[in-house]
Amino acid sequence: MAITTTKSAFWKGFRDSAPFIFMASPFGFLFGVLAAEAGLIVPEAFAFSLAVFAGAAQFTALQLMQENAPLIIILISALAVNLRMAMYSASLTPYLGDAPMWQRAIAAYFMVDQSYALSIVQFENEPKMPAAHRMAYFFGTNGIVAPAWVIATALGALVGTRIPESWGVDFVLPLAFLAMIGPMLRTPAHIAACFVAVATSLPASMLPYNLGLIVAGIAGMMAGAQAELWLERQRAKTEAAK
Amino acid sequence: MSSIPTPILWTVILGLALGSYALRFAFIGFMGGKPIAPWLMRHLRYTAVAIIPALVAPLVVWPAPTDGSPSLIHFAAAAATFAVGYLTKNVLYGLAAGGASLLLLYLAA
Repeated sequence: MAITTTKSAFWKGFRDSAPFIFMASPFGFLFGVLAAEAGLIVPEAFAFSLAVFAGAAQFTALQLMQENAPLIIILISALAVNLRMAMYSASLTPYLGDAPMWQRAIAAYFMVDQSYALSIVQFENEPKMPAAHRMAYFFGTNGIVAPAWVIATALGALVGTRIPESWGVDFVLPLAFLAMIGPMLRTPAHIAACFVAVATSLPASMLPYNLGLIVAGIAGMMAGAQAELWLERQRAKTEAAK
Repeated sequence: MSSIPTPILWTVILGLALGSYALRFAFIGFMGGKPIAPWLMRHLRYTAVAIIPALVAPLVVWPAPTDGSPSLIHFAAAAATFAVGYLTKNVLYGLAAGGASLLLLYLAA
């Protein structure tokens, strides 16, 4: 169905994003529960999700705060998890960069995995889409997922304060991270990054102040970038040999 | 579990909020149509997939519930979570598999 008005562009984004509610709500809920277990009260957990609005980074910060890591390490690590947002921002700029500044300023807040993934596919498939429709579509992809994420966090925190400590939910946070890793491993370069990061993190965990995380993260990042270059060169070689 | 001091918590919340916003706004707001350097783009692509495994690996090898002594139960639950997440490419299936196996192994042990 072709998009004819700005309004219909918004609603198309809204509909396309609907399946992501089933992802965002349970994860937001889980963040709320674990935040409450870590001693956050409901308004704190709610403010956390509303202000930061980035699942993986929030889980990272929560884990490191519980380990009593230094403030600077917490901020660097969680922001490093969010560095991909800068990539999304760069990648959407050709499509949304001409919109008025106030719209771009609001759009930046809503730059998350799902709104990026849906929008880039839509914009690439329909290159003739007018700029106003593009922005409307982008906002549409957040129309329901963003409120779901924040509300689910608050509900999770409400429930979390009632869960007795004896239930031993302190291994659930590592499991949540592990569940996030699988779907990230889309290419051999992603697997290389992950493998090198893991291999470095174990000996590096001896380092003080949780510095090992930063060291292992940088090692993994470089491994991924190098693996990507290597794979590209191999591909170029096979093409040339043909 | 030691509770998090309030000033630390709010510094983290505000710092992350401002920092994340700056990252999201960087290109769409300031840079206009200027393309981002390919080498930088290449590294940005792998930050999350490096940091999160680096964070979790020590937590699996030396789990907090056993005060850091390696535990087969936790390792098995972790392996199940990762395997199902990887095979289904779905975070929630992975988490459900891990949670269920942790529970079963606890009950069996």
